[in-house]
Amino acid sequence: MQIPCPWCGSRPLDEFEYGGDATKKRPEGKKQENMEAWVDYAFLHDNVAGRHKEYWQHVGGCRCWLIVTRDTRTHEIIKSEFAVPQLRSNQR
Amino acid sequence: MRYSLSAIIRNAATGHKHWPKVWKNPEPKQSYDVIIVGGGGHGLATAYYLARNHGITNVAVLEKGYLGNGNIGRNTTIVRSNYLCSENSQFYEHSLKLWESLSADLNYNVMLSQRGALNIFHTPAQRDAAIRRGNAFSLNGIDSVLVTREEVKKLAPLVDCSPSARFPVLGGLLQPRGGSVRHDAVAWGFARAADRRGVDIIQNCEVTGFQIEKGRVRGVETSRGPISASKVGIVVAGRSTLVAQMAGLRLPIESHVLQCFVTEPVKPVLDTVVMFAAAHFSIVQSDKGGLVFNGDLDGYNSYAQRGNMPVMTGVAESAVSFMPRLSRLRLLRHWGGINDMTPDGSPFITRTPVKGLFFNGGWCYGGFKGTPASGWTFAHLIANDEPHPFASGYTLSRFETGRVINENGAGPQPGRH
Amino acid sequence: MSGQSHRLPSGGRIDRSKTVRFSFDGRSYEGHPGDTLASGLIANGVHLTGRSFKYHRPRGITTSGSEEPNALVTTGEGGRTEPNVPATMVELHDGLVARSQNRWPSLSFDLMAVNSLLKPFFPAGFYYKTFMWPRSFWYRLYEPAIRRAAGLGTIADQPDPDVYEHSYAHCDVLVVGAGPAGLMAAQAAARAGARVVLADERAVPGGHLAGEAIEVDGRDSAAWAQGICDELDGLENVQMLLRTSVFGRYDGLTFGAVERVGDHLGNDSSGDLRQRRWTIQTRQFVCATGAIERPLVFGDNDRPGIMLAGSARHYVNQYGVLPGRKVVVATNNDDSYLTARDLARAGADVTLIDSRREKDVTGHALLPGETEVRYGQCVTQTCGKLHVSSARLADISEPDHIRSELPCDLICTSGGWNPTIHLLSHCGARPKWDSAISAFAMAKVENGVHMVGGAAGTFELQKCLQEGVAAGVAAASACSRKARKPAAPKTEKLPEYRIQPLWRLPDTISKASASFVDFQNDVTIADLELADREGFGHAEHAKRYTTLGMATDQGKLSNVNAIGVLSELRGTPIAETGTTTYRPLYTPAALGTLAGQRQGAEFRATRHSAMHQWHEKNGAVFTEAGLWLRPYYYPREGEDFAAAVKREVLNARSAVGMVDVSTLGKIELKGPDSGQFLDRLYINSFSKMKTGRARYGVMLREDGMVFDDGTVTRLADDHYFITVTTANASGVMQHMEFCHQVHWPDLDVQFCSVTEVWAAMAVAGPKARDVLSRVVDGIDLSNEAFPLQSVADARIGDAFVRVLRISFSGELAYEIYTPADCGLGVWEAIMEAGAEDGISAYGTEAMTVMRTEKGHVAGPELDGRTTADDLGLGRMMSQRKDYIGRWLSQRSGLTGAGRSQLVGLKPITNSDTFRMGAHLVTEPGTIGPDVSQGHVTTSVYSPACDHFIGLALLQDGRSRTGERVYVASPLHNEQVEAEVTGPVFVDPDGERMRG
Repeated sequence: MQIPCPWCGSRPLDEFEYGGDATKKRPEGKKQENMEAWVDYAFLHDNVAGRHKEYWQHVGGCRCWLIVTRDTRTHEIIKSEFAVPQLRSNQR
Repeated sequence: MRYSLSAIIRNAATGHKHWPKVWKNPEPKQSYDVIIVGGGGHGLATAYYLARNHGITNVAVLEKGYLGNGNIGRNTTIVRSNYLCSENSQFYEHSLKLWESLSADLNYNVMLSQRGALNIFHTPAQRDAAIRRGNAFSLNGIDSVLVTREEVKKLAPLVDCSPSARFPVLGGLLQPRGGSVRHDAVAWGFARAADRRGVDIIQNCEVTGFQIEKGRVRGVETSRGPISASKVGIVVAGRSTLVAQMAGLRLPIESHVLQCFVTEPVKPVLDTVVMFAAAHFSIVQSDKGGLVFNGDLDGYNSYAQRGNMPVMTGVAESAVSFMPRLSRLRLLRHWGGINDMTPDGSPFITRTPVKGLFFNGGWCYGGFKGTPASGWTFAHLIANDEPHPFASGYTLSRFETGRVINENGAGPQPGRH
Repeated sequence: MSGQSHRLPSGGRIDRSKTVRFSFDGRSYEGHPGDTLASGLIANGVHLTGRSFKYHRPRGITTSGSEEPNALVTTGEGGRTEPNVPATMVELHDGLVARSQNRWPSLSFDLMAVNSLLKPFFPAGFYYKTFMWPRSFWYRLYEPAIRRAAGLGTIADQPDPDVYEHSYAHCDVLVVGAGPAGLMAAQAAARAGARVVLADERAVPGGHLAGEAIEVDGRDSAAWAQGICDELDGLENVQMLLRTSVFGRYDGLTFGAVERVGDHLGNDSSGDLRQRRWTIQTRQFVCATGAIERPLVFGDNDRPGIMLAGSARHYVNQYGVLPGRKVVVATNNDDSYLTARDLARAGADVTLIDSRREKDVTGHALLPGETEVRYGQCVTQTCGKLHVSSARLADISEPDHIRSELPCDLICTSGGWNPTIHLLSHCGARPKWDSAISAFAMAKVENGVHMVGGAAGTFELQKCLQEGVAAGVAAASACSRKARKPAAPKTEKLPEYRIQPLWRLPDTISKASASFVDFQNDVTIADLELADREGFGHAEHAKRYTTLGMATDQGKLSNVNAIGVLSELRGTPIAETGTTTYRPLYTPAALGTLAGQRQGAEFRATRHSAMHQWHEKNGAVFTEAGLWLRPYYYPREGEDFAAAVKREVLNARSAVGMVDVSTLGKIELKGPDSGQFLDRLYINSFSKMKTGRARYGVMLREDGMVFDDGTVTRLADDHYFITVTTANASGVMQHMEFCHQVHWPDLDVQFCSVTEVWAAMAVAGPKARDVLSRVVDGIDLSNEAFPLQSVADARIGDAFVRVLRISFSGELAYEIYTPADCGLGVWEAIMEAGAEDGISAYGTEAMTVMRTEKGHVAGPELDGRTTADDLGLGRMMSQRKDYIGRWLSQRSGLTGAGRSQLVGLKPITNSDTFRMGAHLVTEPGTIGPDVSQGHVTTSVYSPACDHFIGLALLQDGRSRTGERVYVASPLHNEQVEAEVTGPVFVDPDGERMRG
């Protein structure tokens, strides 16, 4: 598998590390009542069969965390962008 | 037809023309007492024990493809019960005891081969961790022996025990009763035994939905029409999320590829199952002569039953570094199975928020060795609506309370276990 | 030429001017460069080459390629012993040694062939039905016997002296297969300017053309192929990889291949490169892998002397050997007419048996006039012992009735050709049944993939060439390399390929003899019938039940025949019978080759600190932590482990010691929001900490468990430096990058791992200040000017150093950080300055002793299952801020009763010892899930206490101080009584480190 890194170009799988579902958002707020949201965030997974937005880090390269859209049935990569929103406009 | 010496001789004399079907292929009925979704090892075992232990025989096992096409036939066939967490050790020890009598119980030889399972350690820190585990096994009544480097040499002469090895061997922790089983035979044996007790095993019947009324399950929709039942068990590891989703459940599970590797068959060189602390790597030699390896997960969510190259070559690196004589042995084939991975590395055998709907999955690396106990305890849960004591910790709610069963201490990302 | 009884007087593409000597089963033979072991054996009249797996049936050379199921031999000696090598893929070289396998005592007289007589008792799946009575016999008798019979060859009895490596290739177009279609594709793509890699598993280009006697472009086909190959080899943008087997295709057009670099050279000096593994990354893939012939299935179709028809002519044309003189060609398709022609031309007496009617045949025009052809007939059975001696023939309409028996020494058999679609299927695509060629083929391929020639089910040579050209142009243009489409060369007109499938003969035949579908694993039609009868009729079930297709050839000859047979048995069309999955590896690859250079000492990196030389010189015993080699202890003359550690500890506690802590992970942070960022990562706060101060910090995982601990130092308002544990160095860095880039990209902070940049050492003991004062320039080290938790930059000699006053040992202690290249010099300078105070180095074990005496936690306590509160660090958890892990650490299971908490342990009897990994029990001798109430995480002999002490995690431990428990290690049959104490044994008020 090759993952296109917006900085470094297309690079082999062994340069990257996986970071899981990228559609999850860390719950805001500090209230204990939010526990259900925290349990969902940390433990429950959509685990989709199909297009999956997921985090990858280019550890063997620029060390950027990326959001990659990949089909979990075919391993086809549809899209790859920086996790940091401010960087996305500079994406080549 | 019961398998016996006289049956063998009789059939040999008549050219084996009279062996009956190992299981019937009945048309699905309109209704059953219990429907088991998933005709893999665990589903078939559940159906068998429902009949055998609880007298519930009006049971259908619904299989989307052909029977036993999932992980029961894609694993490295290792059985052992040496688990650190008490919940796991009682469960897997029960499973190993069932393995030990399974061939006789099923009247089907599953070829259990208890030649020992050896965990090799390389550093004092790994030795201390092994002692902790070994003592936990002993206190749970599980056979466990600490062995020296000299004994490792005798048990597994293939392993490089020289001080010049990159990770020199310091010693090992042995479970003498560990070993391997002929994996496909498990599915076929359970299927045959369940069939003989009246269970309907229905292949090519995909469940497409659940009938749920007022929070209670009424049956399932299938590719061959609706079938009703007041109790339904989901046992579809590898596709758990997708099936449970049809019943409105969201699970603490991610699907990951775990690869298996087999070499060309060679004359026996390794009796025991061997695992190494220096790398995620295990090896066992099958009765046919092939060396079978396991490595790391491929490391990303996947429903594609195929593996990548870095994990394959990584396994080859481990094989020849730990056992240099394997250098010219050729790897024949590698394949992937889809593992249900969970946030604490332990499975689920549990009720769900839908009454009458039960869930079994999340097996991580333990699915094959857990097959009989999984069937036993899941059948108990379905029959009594009460968890079996050996599986009572395997709930979905344990992440809400934090009472997790974390075998290796890794964090909540399922792929880390 | 003496002894080469089956070598033709002329012809073949071998070098007859040279002779090579080789041996098989101890007998010496001669052949020529260009021969394979298989052609060399045939030349010498050796037909019996091996035994089958289950019944030990005599077997011979069946094919001429990598698909060979029968002629498997062991080559080489000592560490070069290689089992299960197909003789068809071994290039002859001087001194080659080969042996047959799976026989005893000899190949021609194999006692294990008795299995063949017991065949009635050993049908498919017999294991599952039997060996169960009496129960104990299974593991005492049956299973050991089954295991003994396992396997074919034997692996080497010593390590491999040869060398392996791994290389990458990147290209626009990868062409696999240098047959007619592949050569054309590579040429067209290369001429368009594309970067091309052309790989082929054989030593010579041309694919099947290397073994044909036909004309392409007006030239001999093999010479034409060599010409194209020479042209390509001369181009800068083409990389030719002959002797290279592409074994697998992986996601994203990544391919794995093995190149046989040295095997054919017969080198025997150690250290030579034997094989190279390639990772090939391409933008376009042209699959030109050709087709593989399948045999016909008839009675006793497995004897030596029964060979695939295409292979037989390959031996004649490429190697100039004649596999038989009295030949029966049994076929159902027109390709075999070429075989009949070529063998007849070479002087054989050929009879062609075609199961089809004459009007369906196109090939007869090829045959010389005297060749006898019998249409509508088939071979039903063969005779012979170690070599075929005759074929029995019958009408296809009446196979039970033997019409005649033809004496023969070679039967060439063809049941048709299967496109080699492995590389097209490895990424999940499923083939479809193509009834025109009676074979599975790919209906469509993914983007970037092209299939041509035999692999695409195209068996007409002219079309293969045209497809190759078209695919080469298309692949190049997909990479923006434009070219005019060249014309394909013209070939000799060959008959059209037609086939009528013939899967099996009626039951009665298979009853009288064994009709093999899978040769190596001895799976017969009767086995498939039994499988179907018992309900294992699905192709996947039948495969698993009978072991069909699971031999070393992975079913290349057998799978499609089996599916054909099953479809007839079940009465379902082939398309519905199902196929098995094509998986890597296409051809098996040696583990050593797959590992490449990453094996043995290079399996994993070995990390050394900057002071490693000093440790070595001073006799350190090393232990490994996170790939680092760390000094474990430094034994002196006559000291054992315990004595050395005790001395090191006592010296540090009474005078001064120094330990190398360079392996700590180190991260430097800059930016105005650095403090706030750290506040969100750690359970305690650092944004308010003053510049020039250092403090202990703890990080949690998001699930509330302790992740890591270390020291946080503030170097300036916007500048921090943190240390993390050796084991988690890379994990913490990744975690911080994730938190910053994903959770809090708005924070203005930059950070970078500097683990390798700094060497680090801790100087500890009452004399530490005295020693350092002598060498450190630029800091007043007095307690007033530089109290505990101070940080300052200074110099030791010419070296920059950063001095932190923190203590893991509990002594007056300083950590010195210096650029790695100054590490050794600084270490030696301190050693020299400390000599008068008796400074000595201590290792990680002495460090463990001292931290245990102080109740400080480390790796064994931070096992991923402990909370900060479990470890007695709960008070550090800030209530005033959000941080990773805060909320989930408040779940009831992490805070309630029953948690295992950190305690100290001391033996009731001072002389008692206990070990790490022992468990704490209250009722000794009992067994059960609740017996263990905790375990000893760390245990050491404490010189300060003069008895063993331990840290343990004990259920509700903090409330059990003073209680007596048993410390049990059933693994060692040990059990001692101990008292639960607080975790701090030495200097509980911390006076020493503040002093």
